[in-house]
Amino acid sequence: MEAAVFFVCAALVLTGAFGVVLSRNPVHSALFLLLTLASIAVLFLELNAGLVAAVQIVVYASAIVVLFLFVITLLGVDQHESLDEPQPFQRIAAIVFGALVLISILALAHGNRWVTGAHSTRGQLDVARTGNVQRLAESLFTNFVWAFEMTAVLLVIAVVGGVVLARRSGHRPQVPAGGEAGA
Amino acid sequence: MDARNILDLAWLIPLFPAVGAAVLLLFGKRIGEPLAGWFATAMISLSFVASLVAFFALFSLHPDAARTNVSQGFTWIAAGSFRADFSFLVDPLSSTMILFVTGVGALIHLYAIGYMHGDPRFSRFFAYLNLFAASMLVLVLGSNYLMTFMGWEGVGLCSYLLISFWFERNSAAVAGKKAFITNRVGDFGFMLAMFMIFKYVGTLNYSALKAVPALHLGGATITAIALLLFVGAMGKSAQVPLHIWLPDAMEGPTPVSALIHAATMVTAGVFLVVRSSVFYDLSSHASTIVAWVGAITALSAATVALVQYDIKRVLAYSTISQLGYMFLAAGVHAYSAAIFHMVMHAFFKALLFLGAGSVIHGMHNEQDMRRMGGLRKYMPITAGTFIVGWLAIAGIIPFAGFWSKDEILAKAWFHHDYGLWAVGAVAALLTAFYMTRQVWLVFYDGERWRDAPAEADVEAAHAEVHEPHESPWIMTLPLVALATLTIFGGVLDLPFINYHANRLDAWLGPVAQAGHEASSFELALGLSTIALILGVVGIIVGRAVYKNGLNADGADPGVVRLGGFANVLANAYYLDVGLARFVSGPVTWFARLLSDGVDREVIDGAVNGIARGAREAGGGLRRIQTGLVRNYALAIMIGMSALLVWVAARATL
Amino acid sequence: MIALGYPSTITATYYLILAAILFTIGGVGLLVRRNTLVMFMCIELMLNAANLTFVSYAKALNDISGQVIVFFTLVVAAAEVAVGLAIIVAIFRRRQNIVADDADLLKG
Repeated sequence: MEAAVFFVCAALVLTGAFGVVLSRNPVHSALFLLLTLASIAVLFLELNAGLVAAVQIVVYASAIVVLFLFVITLLGVDQHESLDEPQPFQRIAAIVFGALVLISILALAHGNRWVTGAHSTRGQLDVARTGNVQRLAESLFTNFVWAFEMTAVLLVIAVVGGVVLARRSGHRPQVPAGGEAGA
Repeated sequence: MDARNILDLAWLIPLFPAVGAAVLLLFGKRIGEPLAGWFATAMISLSFVASLVAFFALFSLHPDAARTNVSQGFTWIAAGSFRADFSFLVDPLSSTMILFVTGVGALIHLYAIGYMHGDPRFSRFFAYLNLFAASMLVLVLGSNYLMTFMGWEGVGLCSYLLISFWFERNSAAVAGKKAFITNRVGDFGFMLAMFMIFKYVGTLNYSALKAVPALHLGGATITAIALLLFVGAMGKSAQVPLHIWLPDAMEGPTPVSALIHAATMVTAGVFLVVRSSVFYDLSSHASTIVAWVGAITALSAATVALVQYDIKRVLAYSTISQLGYMFLAAGVHAYSAAIFHMVMHAFFKALLFLGAGSVIHGMHNEQDMRRMGGLRKYMPITAGTFIVGWLAIAGIIPFAGFWSKDEILAKAWFHHDYGLWAVGAVAALLTAFYMTRQVWLVFYDGERWRDAPAEADVEAAHAEVHEPHESPWIMTLPLVALATLTIFGGVLDLPFINYHANRLDAWLGPVAQAGHEASSFELALGLSTIALILGVVGIIVGRAVYKNGLNADGADPGVVRLGGFANVLANAYYLDVGLARFVSGPVTWFARLLSDGVDREVIDGAVNGIARGAREAGGGLRRIQTGLVRNYALAIMIGMSALLVWVAARATL
Repeated sequence: MIALGYPSTITATYYLILAAILFTIGGVGLLVRRNTLVMFMCIELMLNAANLTFVSYAKALNDISGQVIVFFTLVVAAAEVAVGLAIIVAIFRRRQNIVADDADLLKG
C-alpha cells in the first residue's frame, strides 16, 4: 500500500518537474508546478507530517501558484520561449554539473557514514497518544520560539518590500498648489 | 713620565692638523688671511714637535725589538672574528715618516702663506692642507691596514680637492678627477689585498705581520697579496701605467705639488710596500715584478722629462722617476735604502718644487721655460737653493741624493740584479741631464723673457716688460731650510761609518730587511764611484748641449737632436692618448651595451612585462563578469557541485 | 534507479533519491530557461526537494525538528516569492519583457 502510493506520487512529482522545465508556455509550467506541489503534499502525509502537508497545500499549492499565474497573466508574458540558446556551453555545463550534483547527493544519501541513526532526545516524532499537530506545536513554541518570532518579522519585511517594489517607479506625488513643472 | 706613556699620546700627532682643518673649514672666512695660514702652520708645527718627542721617546727604548708601541684607541670594528681598532703604532718606520711629513709639511705651509697671498679662497686652502696632513699622519701611524686605508682614501680626497683648487679652470677640474679615478683603480687592488690578508692571516694588524712566515701560506697566496698591495701602491705612487695623473696634477698650486706630489702622498705607496715587506720577502716573483716596474718607470719617466717645457712638468716626471727608484730598492729587498731615498727625495724634491713656485711667482705666473732665462741675477736665493737641489738629484757628493741613489744601485748589484742596475744607471744619467737642462734654461743663459710677450699674455702686453723679482722672506726661508737639510741629510745613512750596520738599516731593522750586504769594501767603493761619474757625465753632457741656450729659432737643441722620437716622448709614449681611445671606444661600447641592452631591454622589460602581465590577466579575467544572471547561476552550480563532491567523498570513502 | 519488482518496505532512502532527482531537475531548469518566471518556478522545485529531504529524515531519525524546519522553509519561500515577483514586475515595467539575458547592466 505504502509502496503503491509512493511510486504513484513519485511518478507524478517527476512528471510535474519535467513539465515545469520543458514547457514552452509559462502557464503550462505553472500548472505542472501545481501538480508537483500537490504530489509532494501527499508524500508528506505518507511521512506522518500532517500539518506540513496541509500547510503545503494551503501556502504552496494554492497561494504561490496562484500568485505565479496572476503575474503571468498580468504581465502578459505567456508567449512561447524560443528554443535557441544564446550562451554557448550553458546547456552542456548545466547538464554536466547537474549530473555531478545528483551523483554526489545520491552517494551522500546512500553511503554516508555520518548519520548514526541515533534517535534525538529533543522532540520525538512518535509519541503515544499525541497528534502530529500537538507535537509540532510543542516543539515550535518552546525550542524554536525565537525562530518563530523572526519569521514573523520576516513576513512583515516581505510585505513592506513587496509594496515598495511594486509601486510605479518615477511616480512623483502631485504638488497640490501652484503649477510647478516638478521638483 | 716614561717613554711608553709619551708614546701612548701618539694620537695627538694627527689630532693637531685635524683640529686645524675643522676650525678652518668652519670659521675660515672669519679668520681670514693671513691668520688662517699662520694657524694652519702652527698646527702642523705642533705635530712636528710631537713627532720629535715621539721619536726621541722611541729612541730611548732598548733593545731594538721593543721599539714599537701601540697607542690603543677605541674599538672601531668588532664583527665576529674581525676586529680593527682605531689605534696608532709608533715604531721606527712610522716615526721616521712622521718626522719628515710634518717637518717638510710645516715648511711648505709657511711657504704657502706667501704663495697663496691674495687668493679668494685662502683659508679653504689651508683647511685642505691641514686635512691632508691629518690624513697622511693617520695613514702612517695607523696600526692596521684599515687605518692606513682610511688615511689612504683621505689623502686621495685631499689630493682631488687641492689639485682642482682653482676649479674655474676646466683643466684643473679635469686633472683632479683624473687623479682621483686613477687612484681608485689602485685602491681596488689595495682592498682586494686587505680581504686576502684578513682571510689568510686572520687579522689586519701590523703586529701580526711578523708571524706571517710561520703561517706557511701558499706561494700563490703570498704573491697575490704582494701584487695586489703593489697595485694600490702603483696608483698612489704613480708607477707605470697608473702614473698618468701626476703630470696633470701640476694644475694645482705649487705648494700642493710640493707637499703632496713630491714629498708625502706619493710616498704612501712606498710606505705600504715597506710596511708589508714580509710578503715581498716571501715571494720572489712579486718582488721581482716590483723592482722591474720601478726600474721601467724610472727610465721611461726620465726620458719623457727630457722634452718637457713646463717647469713643473719636468719636476713631475722627475718625481715619477725617483719613485721608480724607491720601488726598485724595495724589489731587491733593500727596504731601508728605499726609505732613505724617500726621505732624501722629500727634501730635495720639495726644495725644487718650492723653488719652481718661487720662479713662477717671480715671473708673474709664467711656467714655460722657453720664456725664462738668466734669472739668477734677479732671484739669487731661489737660484742658489735650486742649484743645491739640482746637485742633490743629480747625485753629486756630498749632497743627499748621492748617498741614497748610490745605495739603491749598490743594493741592486749586490742582489745580483745587474739588469736592474744597468737600467737604474741609465736613468741616473738621464736625470742629471734633464735637470741640468732645466737649471740652465731657467737660471742661466740669456734673458729670453725680454722678448715679445707670450700670445696668452695679450691683456698684459704692456710696453714695459715686468722684471722678475725675488720672493718674500716667507717663501725663501723654507727654501733655505730645505737646502740645508739637503746638504746635510746624508748623515742619516753614511755608509762608511760602520759598513755592516748602517744607521738607518739598524734603525729600521725590526721593521724591514736591510738588503744584501756588500761582498767587499772595494766593490762598494767602486760602485759608488761609478754612480758619481754617471752624475757628473750627465751634467757635462747637459751643459754641452745647452750651453748656448735655445737655438736661434727658439727650438730646443736637445729636442732637435732627438728628431722624431721627441714627439713620442712629448706625448709620454701616447699612453694617455691610448687610454682615452680605449675608454671612448670599447669601454663606451660596453657601457652602452649595458645601459641600452641590459638595463633597458632586460631589466625594464621584466618590470614592464610584469605590469603588462597583470593588466592582461585583469583584462582576461574581466570577461567572467558577463552581467548575466544565468552565468552567475551556473557559477554557483559549479561551486556547489565541487563542494558536494568533496563532502560526498569524505563521507562515503 | 527505481528497482523493478516489489520492494518490501519503502525506506527513507527512496524519498531521498526522489528528492535528489527533483533537486537536480530544478537546478538544470534554472540554468537552461530564460523566462524569469519559469526560473522562479524551478527555484520552487529545489526548495520542495529540500523540504522533502527534511521531512524524510525527520521520520527516519524520529525527530520533530525536521518538520519544524520545513515550516520555516515554507515561510521563507512564501516571502521570497512575494518579493521576487514584485521585482520581476518592476523590471517588466522598464523593458516590457522578462527575458533574463537582457538584464546585463552588471557586465564588467
